[in-house]
Amino acid sequence: MTPSQATRISATLLVAIALSACASAGHSAMQASASPTTPPPQNEAAYIAQARADSLRLPYTEADVSFMSGMIHHHAQALVMSHWAPTHGASAPVLRLASRIINAQQDEIVTMQRWLRDRQKPVQEATPGGMTMVMDGVEHTMLMPGMLTETQMKQLDAARGPEFDRLFLTFMMQHHRGAVSMVKDLFATYGAGQDETVFKFASDVNVDQTTEIARMEKLLTQIQLGIPISDQPVD
Amino acid sequence: MASVYRRPTAVRSTVAPLFSLALALGIFSAAACTSAVSTTAGTNANMSAGEPVPDPRVGLRAGKFDAATAAWNMRLVSTTQPSEKFAGITNSDLAFTGPYAIQGSYDGYQVWDISNPAAPSLKTAYFCPASQSDVSVFKNLLFVSGEGNSGRLDCGAQGVKDTVSHDRLRGLRIFDITDISNPKYVANVQTCRGSHTHTVLYDPKDPDNVYVYISGSAGVRSPSELSGCVRLTPDKDPNSALFRIEVIKIPLAHPEQAAIVSSPRIFNDLTAPARHGESPEDVAAAKAAAAAARAKGGYTAVIFGSERVLPPQFITPMLDSIVKARNGTGPATAADSAALRAALPGIIQKMTGEQAAGPGPRPGPTQCHDITVYPAIGLAGGACEGYGFLLDIRDPAHPVRIAAAADSNFSYWHSATFNNDGTKVLFSDEWGGGGQPKCRSTDRREWGADAIFTLTNADGTPMIVRNASADPAGDQLRFQNYYKLPAAQTKEENCVAHNGSLIPIPGRDVMVQAWYQGGISVFDWTDPRHPKEIAFFDRGPVDSTRMAMGGSWSAYWYNGNIVSSEIARGLDIFELVPSAYLSQNEINAAKTVHFDYFNTQGQPKFVWPPSYALARAYADQLERSKGVSADRLSQVRQALAGAESAPKPLGVQLRTSLTSLATQLDADANTSTDGARARSLANTLRDLAAASS
Repeated sequence: MTPSQATRISATLLVAIALSACASAGHSAMQASASPTTPPPQNEAAYIAQARADSLRLPYTEADVSFMSGMIHHHAQALVMSHWAPTHGASAPVLRLASRIINAQQDEIVTMQRWLRDRQKPVQEATPGGMTMVMDGVEHTMLMPGMLTETQMKQLDAARGPEFDRLFLTFMMQHHRGAVSMVKDLFATYGAGQDETVFKFASDVNVDQTTEIARMEKLLTQIQLGIPISDQPVD
Repeated sequence: MASVYRRPTAVRSTVAPLFSLALALGIFSAAACTSAVSTTAGTNANMSAGEPVPDPRVGLRAGKFDAATAAWNMRLVSTTQPSEKFAGITNSDLAFTGPYAIQGSYDGYQVWDISNPAAPSLKTAYFCPASQSDVSVFKNLLFVSGEGNSGRLDCGAQGVKDTVSHDRLRGLRIFDITDISNPKYVANVQTCRGSHTHTVLYDPKDPDNVYVYISGSAGVRSPSELSGCVRLTPDKDPNSALFRIEVIKIPLAHPEQAAIVSSPRIFNDLTAPARHGESPEDVAAAKAAAAAARAKGGYTAVIFGSERVLPPQFITPMLDSIVKARNGTGPATAADSAALRAALPGIIQKMTGEQAAGPGPRPGPTQCHDITVYPAIGLAGGACEGYGFLLDIRDPAHPVRIAAAADSNFSYWHSATFNNDGTKVLFSDEWGGGGQPKCRSTDRREWGADAIFTLTNADGTPMIVRNASADPAGDQLRFQNYYKLPAAQTKEENCVAHNGSLIPIPGRDVMVQAWYQGGISVFDWTDPRHPKEIAFFDRGPVDSTRMAMGGSWSAYWYNGNIVSSEIARGLDIFELVPSAYLSQNEINAAKTVHFDYFNTQGQPKFVWPPSYALARAYADQLERSKGVSADRLSQVRQALAGAESAPKPLGVQLRTSLTSLATQLDADANTSTDGARARSLANTLRDLAAASS
């Protein structure tokens, strides 16, 4: 699942590539590993027409498409990490956090895929290995900012109990910070975030994950200080 | 699909004949309404009973304008599609002035004349795109929020592509609606993070101005676009646009001079509050444990605001390293442990502080989503990312945080509603931002829900009686329970707790709330530990094959009706229908409360004028609670009937019959399980006796 030759590229660079590709070729040079994962609904044409009308007024850019595509993989990795919690002896608060992440990010993947499908863009599958892109004829898989390396994933998978808690929180904070930086880079890009869905979705990712980072920092500090963590909802 | 939420156990055994007939015929939802409508006010407060089983909201046919509907104890009076120019555009929040409902839209706002709730008519549709066009009114002024990147000063629809542009509007638009069919766009106030929502606050002591609090959690603008906007955190630049709210002052005579007057840092020094489920006994036990540990020479430190005992696995290595540092061996000496004690606060601070200053954004809330002010009690409820705040707003330009609560079941504190007497506050969690289906049978009932808190001083006394000697850092928001829409929805329906308002049912805390495509839920939270749904309305999904945004953005009570802004379908108006849970008299009493205007974020205090409906409402409630004897209620109802039909002012005999009943009720109250209500009824009888009309 995790590609062996993962190339980690910062979001800024990624956007620059996407933009330059867009500018030079006049059309997207990205060929994502895409496939329609669900059969299109009967009234798909109406939604495509609606999306087209929306984007005539407030056009989306390649940066928006990159964001929505890249975040699918980003989320997918968070799902893999979170699904380990029950089998790796996570404590109750970490289990609750993991199960909230699963619920939230699964739904968000559906949102991103729907947005891409309505715009007839390649729909990334929710695989945790990063985004596959063909640049200059060579296929690269890029980890989005904050995503765990293969080594980090192995380290987390090998951990159990309190050590899993500690690593999970540490790595998920790194992961969330990456998502937050992706939002920041998106909004710093010319023309991006005009589309209402992208604006709202990216703003929500920012605020939800920032809130969760704060929650995880407190949990981690509690673990490090040996403060017993109650099963009650705590912050 | 069956609901996973536990239903209230008390299903009444006496089922009204019409109700069971309707069930038998399978026409429950329509029949429940019409049957109840035909039940007139009178001696029987228990007119229908039990919530419908199975829940008729489950399995409704989909359709944008032809979806099936289910209603219980409320009735759809009218549904009005958006005007042509606004068709297909997201409808957002509502505000009310006089006979008008002002409905925000991502394309501007529409003004509806709702004086005939059965046939709203469009007064004007003002095209001026901005998301999300949260609207409020004050006298002749209308305020509209703009947050998105595409809002323009010139109201153009083309968006703003430049990352830095002087065409962009993110902040507050101000309109003069003296002539509501021809609004005049008189001013803007630009803010660093735009305005997701806003709150109007009027201070009678400052009658020439009105204040608006700006909330929103979107990104900070470039200083090249709006000078003074600083993205850095406050520790790096004290002028940071993060970790604060904006207060705009609008001179009523010169709205064009509206400007930001302060940026209160209500987030400063926020330590993590105790977990919300902690009882005063738990808090006392933790304090005692820390004190006992200290007395025995243990190590404690203040972590996240409370003193904790530090474990040996944390302390021992540190003591060892102190010993090692002085090139010593063996156990630590008294001097070593004294040195550690002195260093501990710094170490702890570094541990928590270093994490906070690590790579990426500083954690913690940087903005509020929404603030509800309740000027009558001098408090505001701030729903601020991971926290619910209580703010003292007695100085409107300088709100001060006095309490905070956090809850790891909450992702995004969305908005606050106080109960009328200011002893409770309900916070909602808009988990997933409103675009996600969080009411499926697999979604937990405490996620994407409301959380109900009581407001108490640290010593447990009600906070509305400000206790000057109480520790201001005391536990003042006390968690009671969650409330979530009790009917499972499909995965194609965006559903989560959203905007609502109180309904002025005297003597009870009843609220109507929008749940997007989950529909509208009316619930009673008088008992904060056991909130209970008493009416609902729901439609099937917009589309059965996939998620398409829709549902009720806001549902508010305004002067007798419930008005709902339906994102995809337009404007819905409802009336309440009497039931076992709410009598016609209680509904009539609610309709006696009249407002000239209404903004839900500026919560007004309900005051019920003396009326026969009010007295009968209290009588119905006392019948329900068995707070006084059936004989007494019968005497009261008889006296009310006689007095109501008599010429006014009342003659001596009728006056005496009311006042002597009031005296008897006061005596009843002393032994009643519902004494306060018996006294409310007594006072209303006296008011009616004294009334001249």
